[in-house]
Amino acid sequence: MSSLAYDPRDRGGPQQPMLIARDLRKHFPVKASGGKSVQAVDGVSFSVGKGETLGVVGESGCGKSTLARLMLHLIKPDAGELVFDGDPVGVAPGIPIDALRRQVQIVFQDSYSSLNPRMPVRDSVAFGPFVQGKRKDEARQVARDMLGKVGLDPEIFGPRYPHELSGGQKQRVNIARALATGPRMVILDEPVSALDKSIEAQVLNLLRALKRQLNLTYVFISHDLNVVRYISDRVLVMYLGRIVEFGPIDAIFERPLHPYTRALLASRPSMDPARRIELPPISGDPPNPIEPPSGCRFRTRCPFAEMVCETADPMLGPLQGPQSHVAACHMQEAHSGHSLAASA
Amino acid sequence: MPLAEVRDLYVRFVTREATVYAVNGVGFTVRPGEVLCILGESGSGKSVTLRALMRLLPARRTQIRGSVTVEGQNVLGMPRRALRDLRGGLVAMIFQEPMTALDPVYTVGQQIGETIRRHTGCGREAARRRALELLEMVRIPSAARRLDAYPHELSGGLRQRVMIAMALSCSPRLLLADEPTTALDATVQVQVLILLRRLQRELGMGMIFVTHDLGVAAEIADTVAVMYAGRIVESGPVGQILNAPAHPYTAGLLASTVHGQSRDRDIDAIAGSPPDMRRLPQGCSFAPRCPLRMAECRFAVPEPRFPVRGHMAACHAVAHSSPATQAAVTPTVAGSRATISAR
Repeated sequence: MSSLAYDPRDRGGPQQPMLIARDLRKHFPVKASGGKSVQAVDGVSFSVGKGETLGVVGESGCGKSTLARLMLHLIKPDAGELVFDGDPVGVAPGIPIDALRRQVQIVFQDSYSSLNPRMPVRDSVAFGPFVQGKRKDEARQVARDMLGKVGLDPEIFGPRYPHELSGGQKQRVNIARALATGPRMVILDEPVSALDKSIEAQVLNLLRALKRQLNLTYVFISHDLNVVRYISDRVLVMYLGRIVEFGPIDAIFERPLHPYTRALLASRPSMDPARRIELPPISGDPPNPIEPPSGCRFRTRCPFAEMVCETADPMLGPLQGPQSHVAACHMQEAHSGHSLAASA
Repeated sequence: MPLAEVRDLYVRFVTREATVYAVNGVGFTVRPGEVLCILGESGSGKSVTLRALMRLLPARRTQIRGSVTVEGQNVLGMPRRALRDLRGGLVAMIFQEPMTALDPVYTVGQQIGETIRRHTGCGREAARRRALELLEMVRIPSAARRLDAYPHELSGGLRQRVMIAMALSCSPRLLLADEPTTALDATVQVQVLILLRRLQRELGMGMIFVTHDLGVAAEIADTVAVMYAGRIVESGPVGQILNAPAHPYTAGLLASTVHGQSRDRDIDAIAGSPPDMRRLPQGCSFAPRCPLRMAECRFAVPEPRFPVRGHMAACHAVAHSSPATQAAVTPTVAGSRATISAR
């Protein structure tokens, strides 16, 4: 995005994506299952452009939170590669992991368990800058500034402990802490899901204002499609560890290609009692990620599933530029063998 | 006769450190076959109100005043033995988190069977047959096999269906649902809502459905009561409440709920946060956050007003229509005068 102010840390220039993920994979072995594993993230590739907000949506167990942790190397990927601003992450000539974490921070869903209960919140916020080499009084000043930026008076709220704050206030503290190290990119893992609606709106407004002020790049993970539509520029739809659809926000919401995306969109309550949903868009729950279905992982719930869906993995089409819109579905792939696929 | 009637309900939780004024003069009625949604944010007293209908609040620390009647029976004055017949019999409840509401060491069939045997006195075999019928009624695939499953072997959606089956096992006249779809994924939530709506209609039950989600209320409610700081601030038919909210809190809640707003502008969020339930403001509890605040809002709890027949808003800024329309209204709010004297 051209509106970005000059940042001396910007190595690759505006066209270089902030983060590129190539074929990320993370399987968690399950002990009592005889060598099976949860395929939490299974071959995921995408990029996050500078200054954009990338939304990630999907239901529980789709791997969206694992993906968040992989992006920060909070857990180590089994395979795949991360490139931050042109530099490969964690390999010799690239960017070391601690340097990555100076530039990428995260805000978690549970605002209470992600703060130290025995520390006044100003110390929690000052901790990051202090560890990264600031003097104690400098770090305290950063904490005061950041608490002010997120709308908490540092004199009133700074000395308080997490249990003395409401959910919305704690989440503001978490945002202040994430921003205290001066990151360029923030991963927001369901940051408003535990908040009441009136507070959720306040926090969303705050996040948007901070992004403008501090030239941030966001990855916004949520199960709430309305919130994702409001805040994101592009969106990535996940199902059982894989990306099923990826594209610009309006394209996904107005012309969804994948049957799963369509079902997700149709499952949103109407907000109008005169137009209630009469039939469930899809039936059943997401399957167990320990033994995902063969071929297309959505086929067990898909109304269009055919033979080919069981035998062949649908590929996410090639991404051509930031505006491309792709879906991993045999119906979208010419000559895939699906009766509804294009034949030309 | 209304199926359930709550009048002037006050609930306080008393501990050595503080007294929490959880519910402060709530009243409503539910007719047979009606779905009432109690809509509110955390701490608004919606779940406490729901629990009072079955007297599920801890007796030693709770002070309850007011009256709760279900099919003419006085729930708050009932002896404990009669209460055990009421719970799960006449009135049943579905909770938010099926994993904690179900017993992890018994199979689904055993748990449903236990309820049936307790209330009907039938034998194990008959109870198991009825449990199977119930699992089929809530559309659980391969129900016969699932009867012997433990809760942890089921997905979230199936567990919530089991909870519904258990609640319906003794054909309750009134079903209480406390955010039953909040913990579920979007595609599963809509399935459970449609199921509940269908069963409620087919069985002719009354239902009180507690939720914080306006969209869920739009999908299931006939009438809506909006709670804020332990009081019903607005109530009426669901279409009225969502399309023409009269109370500034309800209007603010609608504006704060993200659904297709323009991305170029901020959301019209309600400023501030809900009051401390240990120290409620003297007048209207919403006044400190209210854009329409007037001088009198600080001093007097607003009386219910009726802008349209059947539509109540407790707000000083709302104009009355003719007072003759007030009598036939459900739900109602009573006793704002009592609220003041009680403090």
